[in-house]
Amino acid sequence: MNVLEVESLTKHFPIRAGLLQREVGRIRAVDRVSFHVARGETLALVGESGCGKTTVARCILRALAPTSGAIRFTQEGGEIVDLAPLSRRALRPIRRQMQMIFQDPYASLNPRMLVGDIIAEPLLVNGVPAATRQARVLELLELVGLPAVARSRFPFAFSGGQRQRIGIARALALNPSLIVADEPVSALDVSVQAQIINLLLDLQDRLRLSMLFVAHDLGVVRHVSDRVAVMYVGRIVETGPTTALYDRPLHPYTAALMASVPKPDPDRRDATPPLAGDVADAANIPPGCAFHPRCPHAVARCREIRPELRETIPGRMTACHRAEELTLAGVD
Amino acid sequence: MADTTQPLLSVRDLVVDFGLDQGTIRAIDKVSLDLYAGRVLGVVGESGCGKSVTARAILGILDRPGRVVSGRILLDPGTGKEQDLATLANDSLALREVRGQRIGLIFQEPMTALSNHYTVGNQLIEAIRAHRKDLSKADARAKAVTLLGEVGIPRPDGRIDAYPFQLSGGLRQRVGIAMALAGEPDILIADEPTTALDVTTQAQILLLLRRLQQDKRIALMLITHDMGVIAQMADEVAVMYLGAIVERADVRALFKAPQHPYTRALLRSVPSIRATPRERLASIGGAVPHPGRRPTGCPFHPRCPEVITGRCEATLPRPVLAGVDGAACLHAEASA
Repeated sequence: MNVLEVESLTKHFPIRAGLLQREVGRIRAVDRVSFHVARGETLALVGESGCGKTTVARCILRALAPTSGAIRFTQEGGEIVDLAPLSRRALRPIRRQMQMIFQDPYASLNPRMLVGDIIAEPLLVNGVPAATRQARVLELLELVGLPAVARSRFPFAFSGGQRQRIGIARALALNPSLIVADEPVSALDVSVQAQIINLLLDLQDRLRLSMLFVAHDLGVVRHVSDRVAVMYVGRIVETGPTTALYDRPLHPYTAALMASVPKPDPDRRDATPPLAGDVADAANIPPGCAFHPRCPHAVARCREIRPELRETIPGRMTACHRAEELTLAGVD
Repeated sequence: MADTTQPLLSVRDLVVDFGLDQGTIRAIDKVSLDLYAGRVLGVVGESGCGKSVTARAILGILDRPGRVVSGRILLDPGTGKEQDLATLANDSLALREVRGQRIGLIFQEPMTALSNHYTVGNQLIEAIRAHRKDLSKADARAKAVTLLGEVGIPRPDGRIDAYPFQLSGGLRQRVGIAMALAGEPDILIADEPTTALDVTTQAQILLLLRRLQQDKRIALMLITHDMGVIAQMADEVAVMYLGAIVERADVRALFKAPQHPYTRALLRSVPSIRATPRERLASIGGAVPHPGRRPTGCPFHPRCPEVITGRCEATLPRPVLAGVDGAACLHAEASA
């Protein structure tokens, strides 16, 4: 069963200019994006800056109103609701079922609140009685590997990794059906990052979390995700199970992303960059396939016809005209 | 493996303190390193390890209240031209000439070195003429166009009149590299030059840096937190932790047989694109302590999986020497 089904999600930002602030163009930040998150599954949304992955996450949490498309969310009782058209008021009872883990553990915790109160806040807002709150806070602290005494301290007393644990405890407080994590480990040092990745893996096992994991680091994504959706300039270019997608990418952009990760082996140095040029401008997307100006495999139809995301082999979706004929190298 | 040629720059027993109200914090503790023409020294470590402070101390651009307490920063050591940069005032003419003309700096964020109010050309021409006062404006402009071409900017004769904000992040970093090269330095310090960039752009910029460094036989000090970048770029590596170099090694030796427990742990904790599904990482317990609460003895001992109780907290391991492979660790001393 799917916790989340996103269909044709589109978010355009108007570019306004002139005295009358007339719309002179549009930034197609997210353009007809479709995917789902199954219960107990972690789907990673990966791509480079400006690809729209964070905008997708913000639309799902309804921090942004989508331009069009559907965001079907399965509530605790099993009832399915489309979040896209809902008013702020109608969203309120649903919000507690979707929680967010933020990138910056320094900016996302109120420095004037005790850690115990930070974690208890979602419980308080949702009317959980005080005695239950206290017990739940202790349970959550233990779950994320923090000592019970942490509840009576302020965030500044904690390191970046510990703060991220606090943020995770707060996100888990109400047993949400879906967690949206936006680059949750990218601000952390490697040694601490490893601890938080391990914690997320443990929590996935223990709680069967359903998670949308937004990230740019392909190594992190390989460790924590079950499936991957790769975005390029506002569109999904490829989805598939993590191992299959890394071993054999079907879209040339996915292959180039993987080849661009510096190999931790001094005997295998790259002689040429895997991909030339820059990411396309979302205000001026190339016609046809948005990736064609950088694609080493582009042919005439790539410049003219936009490839739709379609099932190219069972369980794999690819937006590439040539997916079937290309043999691309995965990680080796 | 010690290089037999003369280093262009030798840092010896560098100590940098930051005097704060709460007390003095030792940011750099007896760091020694050598930079050689045509070679890349990779400096790797986590935040707060002192890798950037080392670079800023060399250039005499430490942020207040940081100051060099002791140690030498020798330019052209062992030659008639030898000068100790540590003895020069930060704003002295001599040091200003060293910055730019002998040592170029590439920042993580290229806008640190660029202004959005002037065109790329204006800024680059000014940097070129600061170094080559004999060049006419037209000649300096021609040189700027050549330089922009060299760093891989397409259509350099048009882009020279662009403002930095009109360029993508990758192009801006290329301009940042052109700025660092404007004074034709033979030493480059690049402080996390690709950390703010996307992975496909990073691959381009790293290869550009390597090509320029090799073509011009530049001594490059490359500061990064990324072991992958180290593997791709460095000849020698210095691993830093809490203000000290804890290991120095040839890059192949470092990846094949890391000597310091911190290096070993750091290499194991990097997420891999070759991981098996749901693979746990070997993490290092705890967090890097605040530099103001530096542990006694070996600074890594509270987190070290191989700590010798009773010794590591009491004994400061011998510092790593420049030009000699080794680890600042009692285990390494015992096996030496």
